[in-house]
Amino acid sequence: MRYTAKKIGTLLLTLVLVSLFVFLALSNLSGDAATRLLGTEATPERLEALRTELGLDKPLPVRYVEWVAGMLRGDMGISYQYRLSVSQLIAERLRPTLSLTLMAFALIVALSIPVGVVTAKYAGGWLDRVVTVLGQLLMSVPPFFTGILFTYLFGLLLRLFVPGAFPAWEAGRMRYLGYLFFPALAIALPRVAMTVRLLRGCILDEAQKDYVRTSMARGRSRGDILYRHVLKNTLVPLITFLAMTVAELVAGSVIIEQVFSIPGLGRLLISGISNRDAPVVQAVVVLVAFWVVVCNLAGDLLGRRIDPRLRYGEGGRT
Amino acid sequence: MKKRNYFLIFGLLISTVVVLFILLGYFWTPYDPMKMNGAVRSSAPSLAHLMGTDKFGRDILSRVMKGAGASFFVAFGTVLIGTVVGTVVGALTGYFGGWLDEVLMRFNDALSAFPSFLLALVLVSVLGPGRRHLLLALGIVFIPSYARIVRTEFKRARSQNYVKSAQIMGAGTARILFVHILPNIWPVLLSAITIGFNNAVLAEAAMSYLGIGVSPDEASLGYMLSDSQAYLSVTPWYALGAGLVIVLLILGVGLIGEGLQRKDI
Repeated sequence: MRYTAKKIGTLLLTLVLVSLFVFLALSNLSGDAATRLLGTEATPERLEALRTELGLDKPLPVRYVEWVAGMLRGDMGISYQYRLSVSQLIAERLRPTLSLTLMAFALIVALSIPVGVVTAKYAGGWLDRVVTVLGQLLMSVPPFFTGILFTYLFGLLLRLFVPGAFPAWEAGRMRYLGYLFFPALAIALPRVAMTVRLLRGCILDEAQKDYVRTSMARGRSRGDILYRHVLKNTLVPLITFLAMTVAELVAGSVIIEQVFSIPGLGRLLISGISNRDAPVVQAVVVLVAFWVVVCNLAGDLLGRRIDPRLRYGEGGRT
Repeated sequence: MKKRNYFLIFGLLISTVVVLFILLGYFWTPYDPMKMNGAVRSSAPSLAHLMGTDKFGRDILSRVMKGAGASFFVAFGTVLIGTVVGTVVGALTGYFGGWLDEVLMRFNDALSAFPSFLLALVLVSVLGPGRRHLLLALGIVFIPSYARIVRTEFKRARSQNYVKSAQIMGAGTARILFVHILPNIWPVLLSAITIGFNNAVLAEAAMSYLGIGVSPDEASLGYMLSDSQAYLSVTPWYALGAGLVIVLLILGVGLIGEGLQRKDI
């Protein structure tokens, strides 16, 4: 219990720090928001009126508290560039980003677990070496470059999708998911390599332990030991790592959305930054922070659910 | 039988070539990277233009050489800021402990969960465009990760005998921290530097690809990639050239890092 409370405390601190950072950083920019909205020819009276309307005339701490309270109610303010409510803008763009993240995550899990187990099983063999070298290579290619290569190869040469023409969800599930497959693969590949490396390392570490030797001495087969005991023990570090990965995939999605012109949160964030649209940037960043916190907490609690040693503590202390 | 460390060998080889390529680019390029030549517009790689030319007839190899220099500059500066400030903070907090250490580590824990790339993105938008601001923003967001690694090592070193003997012999604190302990944690720091360098290259490339914090006259590789994407069907070699250099830069340093880790085991 104490552990969970501490963990939640740290995660709340993450939210506070990130929101404070993004708020303070951008409040400097929003000072001239009224001028930006009305143009330089606006009369001082109108500027002043708009500032009051946007709440820009109040002191910073008050504005921060009001902003946080608004976020908690689901009111994220009004976008300076679109003149629309930020919650509405975000709601429209949530689906592509979420689909992309979940698809990439599914690819990571589906690819890295079998490959990781097989390379660990045949560690030192030719397959292991090929995968290690390939992994090093995959980790060196930035996802947006992979995305450009995919665009050229699958989009322009093989015509499997039309680059830039993102199909709406309503236009058909298959087309929608088919378009998202390539960007999802582009952000998944380096992560797959990292996960394979982690899993392989964990399995090999675990295989060094005494209980494995004992089981071998008792005549049980390697496969049996691997699948029944060793893998179970690598589950917790794997889950922790995957939880971190889901959290970071959102950041990766920001860039890849730009490569494939996907109208998601990432593009909203980038256009918000270029247009100094403080309410949009603040809301998106805090939303990402929230996602990161939830993923980390879920991974942690899941790990403790699976491994009783974490719950009760090996030394008897939690 | 001593096994050869192929990771280290190939890593050093690739990195040396890339660094020489970049250093050369600071002094000499085959063509003027900004000069447009209508006669050789969008031409495929040839002996005269090893990486081809872009839509305006500019030599891509020359542009990539300059661009790699810009990327390298930012990555190098980022690692420098991150390592120096991170080492000092980590050394002091790890060695002395106390409430300041507690507070800083709580902050560090809280921030480490959040993708630093997004923090840098926001920071750059506040600082304004320009290579120096990009460098500063990335450097700042990379400080906590170095501080954390260094802190752990200094905390461990504090109770070790060589540090205790140095204390008894009356060595000053600065001397103990940076003459006695620092050389001992060097391997750990070095591996953190290789990872940090690659993250910096990636972050810089991503940032300039998004067009955040760049001014077009100091085009780095990421900016060139986004530039090339519009003409992907006409001049695919532009994207390939710029991307290849990023990949080699990261691959070389990544292999060195991997090789260093294997050497220790």
